[in-house]
Amino acid sequence: MDFAFPPHAEAFRTEVREFLAANITPETLDVSDGTIHDWDLHQKMAAKGWLSGAVPEELIPPDLGGGDRDLLEMAVLIEELQLAGAPADGLGVAVCVASMVLELGNDFLKETVAGPLLRGEVLASFGYSEPESGSDVAAAQTKAARDGDHWVINGQKMWTTLAHEAAFVILLTRTNAEVPKHKGLTMFLVPLDAPGIEIQPVWTMGTERSNATFYDDVRIGDEWRIGEVDGGWAVMKAALKYERGIAGGQFPSAPLLDAAITYCRTTTDADGRLLIDDPTVREQLVRARIDIEVCRGFAYKTAWMAAQGDFFGVEGSMTKLFASESYKQHAHWILDLMGPEGLLQHGADAAPLGGSIEEHWRHAPVTTIYGGTSQITRNLVAEQHLGLPRARR
Amino acid sequence: MQLALTPDERAVQDVFVAFFTNESPPEIVRAAEPLGFDAELWAKLAATGAPSMALPESVGGGGADLAALAVVVEEAGRTLAPVPLIEHAIALRLAHAADLDATTLAAIASSNRIAAIALRPAVGGTAGLVPAGAVADVILVLDGTDLVLAEVPAPAHAPANTAAAPLADRPLGGAKVLATGAKAARLIARARAEWFALTATEAAAMGRQVLQLGVDYVMERTQFGVPVGSFQAVQHGLADASVRIEGATLLAQRAVWALDADRPEANELAAMAHLFCCDAAQQAAAASMQFHGGYGYAEEYDVQLYYRRVKGRMLLPGSPGSQYQALADDLLGPVSGGAS
Repeated sequence: MDFAFPPHAEAFRTEVREFLAANITPETLDVSDGTIHDWDLHQKMAAKGWLSGAVPEELIPPDLGGGDRDLLEMAVLIEELQLAGAPADGLGVAVCVASMVLELGNDFLKETVAGPLLRGEVLASFGYSEPESGSDVAAAQTKAARDGDHWVINGQKMWTTLAHEAAFVILLTRTNAEVPKHKGLTMFLVPLDAPGIEIQPVWTMGTERSNATFYDDVRIGDEWRIGEVDGGWAVMKAALKYERGIAGGQFPSAPLLDAAITYCRTTTDADGRLLIDDPTVREQLVRARIDIEVCRGFAYKTAWMAAQGDFFGVEGSMTKLFASESYKQHAHWILDLMGPEGLLQHGADAAPLGGSIEEHWRHAPVTTIYGGTSQITRNLVAEQHLGLPRARR
Repeated sequence: MQLALTPDERAVQDVFVAFFTNESPPEIVRAAEPLGFDAELWAKLAATGAPSMALPESVGGGGADLAALAVVVEEAGRTLAPVPLIEHAIALRLAHAADLDATTLAAIASSNRIAAIALRPAVGGTAGLVPAGAVADVILVLDGTDLVLAEVPAPAHAPANTAAAPLADRPLGGAKVLATGAKAARLIARARAEWFALTATEAAAMGRQVLQLGVDYVMERTQFGVPVGSFQAVQHGLADASVRIEGATLLAQRAVWALDADRPEANELAAMAHLFCCDAAQQAAAASMQFHGGYGYAEEYDVQLYYRRVKGRMLLPGSPGSQYQALADDLLGPVSGGAS
């Protein structure tokens, strides 16, 4: 075995590190306005060709350019963004939606949606979850009804994060209620400035703003449809493979541990001893570091599998489960080390490290929920990895 | 980057899957208790060349790297083979690295003799609870600032211990000094790292197998008219344990690779892998036992064999707490004793 990235990917790592060192500012990392996405950083990465670089070469139209970064380079980019604590959600969504459109969309969507996404001009938002369907995503009830060459959409989506910054929502709709739930779904790209769409903020404990989006007789042409009528489930499954290598979420604990070590090197306990010299503290810092190295093993394995052309499914689920669950635990340990000062938030003068550890602690719980809850993920591991029967629920 | 076994490693794997499945079934493992050693199995294993495979060919070894040895170790771990494969292989490599004369080394490597390394320094002229110390007649240990080699007959008896491990206190007698000072410290650190990485590999393999026993059992056992494995609470417990085992396996593989490639982070990765893999294996054994219900606690079932041995792999080098503190010294720097 050989866990080392090839020289071209390590050279790219150096380039990414230099880029991030020059372009990450306190403003980039400031989430106090509720939006983690940072347009400035996003557009600079687009200008570097890193968004279009991440799309599989065979999907890229000649006039768009890009496709020149392989999946190992993309894994390096995603790792470095996470180690720096930089916002990478916009990149992930742009690459994933653009890749879907380029594979399955018509020429109109390729030109109107994929091009602007990969040039960093616009963002997209995922419109899968609904008030009554989260983990059971195929139970979506938002209705699309055909009207000649048009569709009329009515319903509501939840957790359409970034919709207030995005130009498009990728919308899972019900087009047939007479068939089993997976077989009556159709996918659309919907322009968020279409009449009849209302975006309402949903504020979260993690400061981050998500949204509820409402669709009231929203009328769009059939050219906005992606995939077959009643073939939306196949589009969702196809989209999964584009999360390969750009999914992120493997290193949430890395910037947290860096912050914790900085804090422990500069803070004394009641007896005047530096926290970094306390054996209990040292053990917890080492345990967190070991967990991060486990995440790195998962990240490298999935990146390598993707680069081999292997479609990984359950390996990605295991990575997500371990990384998010351990992150939540690390955030607890580390906040606890700080005592009452740990409670102080960004904006309070005495907040250690600008309240960044407290922000991690509030952010961590959502990571075991979004993108597949830990419970759904354990079901997948039990069924797909251990070969156990569908659970009695 | 290449994260699958090479064709050569797959060939080695095929051979040793068959070897240990045939030669180290649970009856053999049980019969070898309490000493935890089967001389006949060791002779058969020695005949395959595995114990000296990771020595250079020039001194009678197989010229293999640690990665190939790890493939054999995985199968020994999976079947709980009562042989001191890791201790012997690492002791030979240490003796070679310390320039033990080729004749003596070849004599140890080519016979059925057993060498072992003490993971902790000797105290008062005795190496305490040396892994494989009950069956080894060659002991390598750090004594003060010297790396020494003691050749003394094996006691062939181990104090009663939960892991059925052939460990023993070994008085050193007229030991031969192989290296001193910084060189001795560097050599023993490397040997310990190799032991950590291979024992991590072994523990992860034990964890994988004991978890599989649990999965097999819950598929077969019915309660309330359905397989126990169809209950979500059971599935989630097994899923969590298996995710940790997969992560452990990858960490052990990376530690072995780092040692073979002489990466600067190799010794740290090996120590991390040892802690995480033993911990993951303990959790796998605990989950498997729990989901077996009462039978899992019965001596007749194999789960308890794994449960006890995995604990041994964790504790042999020292308490986990002391292992974390040693790692902290490497990763965070030593305790400064100062205030800010």
